[in-house]
Amino acid sequence: MPILEIEGLNVCYRPERGVRISAVRDLDISLERGEFVGIVGESGSGKSTLGFAITRMLRPPAVIESGAVKFKGTNILELTGSELRNQRRGGLALVLQSGMNALNPVRSISKQLGDVLKAHSQKGEHWGRSEVRARGGELLSMVELDSEVLDRYPHELSGGMRQRVAIALALSLEPELVVFDEPTTALDVIVQASVMETIKSLQRSRGFTAILISHDMSVVLDATDRTLVMYAGRVVEDQPSKTVASAGIHHPYTEALMKCYADPRADKVELQDIGGTPPDLSIEVAGCSFAPRCSFASKVCFLETPSLVRSELIQVACHVRLPVSPMAKEVKVVRN
Amino acid sequence: MSEIEEIEGPLLAIAMEPVPLMIFDQVTKSYRSKRGKKEKLIAVDNVSFEIAPGEAVGLVGASGSGKSTIARLITGLEKPDTGRIIFGDFSVGKLGHRELRNLYSMVQMVFQDPYGALNPVHSVEYAVSRPCINYLGMSISQATRRVEELLDRVGLTPARQFAEKMPHQLSGGQRQRVVIARALACEPKLLIADEPVSMLDVSLRAGVLRLLTELQNEHGLSLLYITHDLLSARVLTDRILVLNKGGVVEEGVTKQVLQNPKDPYTVKLLDSVATLDK
Amino acid sequence: MISFRNKRRDIIKGVTVEIVVAEDDARPLNEESKSSYNRPKLPGPFVFILRAVSTLWRNKKSRVGLVILGFFIFVSVMAPILAPHSATATNFKPYQNPNATNWLGTTGNGQDVLSQMIYGTRVSLLVGLGAGLLATLIALSIGLVSGYRPGIVDEVLSFTTNLALVLPGLPLMIVIATYLRSNSMWMILFVIGFTGWATGARVIRSQTATLRSRDFVSAASFSGERLLRVVFKEILPNMVSLAAASFFGAATAAVIAASSLEFLGIGNPNTVSWGSILYWAENDNAFLTGQWVLVFAPGIAIVLLSLSFILINFGIDTLSNPRLREK
Repeated sequence: MPILEIEGLNVCYRPERGVRISAVRDLDISLERGEFVGIVGESGSGKSTLGFAITRMLRPPAVIESGAVKFKGTNILELTGSELRNQRRGGLALVLQSGMNALNPVRSISKQLGDVLKAHSQKGEHWGRSEVRARGGELLSMVELDSEVLDRYPHELSGGMRQRVAIALALSLEPELVVFDEPTTALDVIVQASVMETIKSLQRSRGFTAILISHDMSVVLDATDRTLVMYAGRVVEDQPSKTVASAGIHHPYTEALMKCYADPRADKVELQDIGGTPPDLSIEVAGCSFAPRCSFASKVCFLETPSLVRSELIQVACHVRLPVSPMAKEVKVVRN
Repeated sequence: MSEIEEIEGPLLAIAMEPVPLMIFDQVTKSYRSKRGKKEKLIAVDNVSFEIAPGEAVGLVGASGSGKSTIARLITGLEKPDTGRIIFGDFSVGKLGHRELRNLYSMVQMVFQDPYGALNPVHSVEYAVSRPCINYLGMSISQATRRVEELLDRVGLTPARQFAEKMPHQLSGGQRQRVVIARALACEPKLLIADEPVSMLDVSLRAGVLRLLTELQNEHGLSLLYITHDLLSARVLTDRILVLNKGGVVEEGVTKQVLQNPKDPYTVKLLDSVATLDK
Repeated sequence: MISFRNKRRDIIKGVTVEIVVAEDDARPLNEESKSSYNRPKLPGPFVFILRAVSTLWRNKKSRVGLVILGFFIFVSVMAPILAPHSATATNFKPYQNPNATNWLGTTGNGQDVLSQMIYGTRVSLLVGLGAGLLATLIALSIGLVSGYRPGIVDEVLSFTTNLALVLPGLPLMIVIATYLRSNSMWMILFVIGFTGWATGARVIRSQTATLRSRDFVSAASFSGERLLRVVFKEILPNMVSLAAASFFGAATAAVIAASSLEFLGIGNPNTVSWGSILYWAENDNAFLTGQWVLVFAPGIAIVLLSLSFILINFGIDTLSNPRLREK
């Protein structure tokens, strides 16, 4: 049984003033236990909204319009507050880009860790000073920090160390699924690489299921087993991370995105951008959201929203690359 | 027989070398550390380099390497502890408010955050026309025409329509183009770009980088590109300086430095760039 | 250029589909923007006030506040027409309870209370708005200068502000007003204005200091803007809501302070104002004689006017945020 199943999820933002924005549209994703899945997308792709929806951290004006998020078979969207709290233990955890700034500045790391452990303690468990320190040392060594960090305050730690503490906090309750939302974006290049290494090795050694949400294709391909590419609230491509960079069937958006990267050491470096403007999520358009920026788009792309079509290990939502059947008998374009 | 003909070989090369646009000569800058006032934090440690007219120089380093402090020093926002910064006739470290204004007619800046660099209450037209009026002495109607030319040039067409927009009606990439148009408005000699694409979507970065290259070639502009991103530095610059903890650890032609790094820190920077092919 | 955006299309599977596409999506936008470009221009302050009122009108609480304030302005402008009798003439029987001729009764001197209330609106409104404006102008100049110029200038101005903050307001006003030995309405206005700026100055100072470090302010000096223009064209417009909020805050305090001073007899008791009605009510032992109207009518008016300022303040946030202003 998959550990996480998302079925027909629709999330939109309904601010008091201003326009309604649908951020996640008709999303179906299924995750197997122990998988490391990357979700790549640019701003407005809905990737972070999805991360929040999975961990039930969405706050108004975000509204889940329809759909289900099934974690180990239970729809977590229907859980009450206390049921959700029980789920956090051995359940879900979220590591945010800003997580490192979410530490309380006036409490030492060991106290904050103690708070988390006590708040979720089970019957018969006692978290005294020594137990917290023992567990804390263990957790910090997991994220490659010295146990003396326990007595420090957040402002005494560097950004990378704070993010490692945030990861340790997230892992303190032995979650089975961890969502990392841009965990290294605010960090320095070198620190970023080493934190990603830690996340990779933790996932492998502890075997939890992980979702890495990032705007950076190179980070995702480097770390994950499977990559989902999101555009305008939909998954447009789902394939093993190994084959994303190689030739084969890809969504034109993925292909265009790959051309935005290059090796700075190469003899000839050429970068390409994707023309046009990012999608406007306040407008409901029929057809493929990428069509206006796509150089392969044909008429059908503007008419019918393509759905993910499976071909062996990969899924791509594109009329041109993986057509199902011609959608209309006849297409007539009327100009005025 | 004129004297020039007597100069040969290496001497000729020196004589032919263009006068640098900006000289950064053995500059050191330190800050008082927040904790313990005796401790000093050395942000820039005895750094020297020059920028020739029309040259694109990259300052590459992780955060805390002192690259942004160098930008603040060149623009006179900070004063060096020791060393000289010469820009044309100006000795930048000693300028007062009024002289800074003259300096800014030649040195312009593109900021990292396109959301913060435009005043939310002013239209694009206002933002771009101000330097035309202030430095080029244009009338409002002349400035209006120039704003349209500039917006056209940075790829914001139709220009009239973009001129009337407010910053919040633009996307990040469009805002950064407005910031670039504003920086070009007074025809500066040196453009300092501090991480101009790091806050943009990956799919839009190449476009902005290409625009910067084109503008640099067209206007014979010098460019000081400050970044931690080696890829964009490779695309944009002729020469790079790799900075670590305030000091230059390596410098040279961009391609050579990246393909053949000598300093372990440069190697480390290169290794932390995740590449697509596994 | 063909644009598919903004067009509604119906998709029916398996049948003929007709799409209507606009040839050029730039055109309609262009026309729209052109028309706004050629609109005849009103003088700046007028446009600003009109836009501010129409922005505030969209907020329910502010709307109630605006209606109340509008009522008081109407009453004070129309006072000679609305007032049934003279406010100062003493030709009625004193200590009258409300009756057909004197709707709110008469004072101990035989004046018509309703007419006094109506004329009194003028003084209270003028002192409230005038002192609020004065306090805001002082707060703005001190706050802007001290926020934009860190160092010795800021140190001195901040110290002065903090000093003004800890001094108790009403006693200070009483002392100053007594020393000035003039008891005109203008004196009260100035005393309140000069003592009520400190809170606003402190808020404006910290906001200026925040804005000063923003990139668009450095960008303005790169664009060759001079110091004053940076302060007034770049920083100040981002503080419209703050300035307006501190204006209405100061005005609220001023209405109450003015009435308090007049009630204590520090103003001129012969000027007709809500405070002086209270003063005379107290003098004539209105509660003992059962003339509750003499106390309640000015009391309610003071509360309503203060309330209107407070209510307007609720919608102020939208003023300097162009994103909120839009719809």
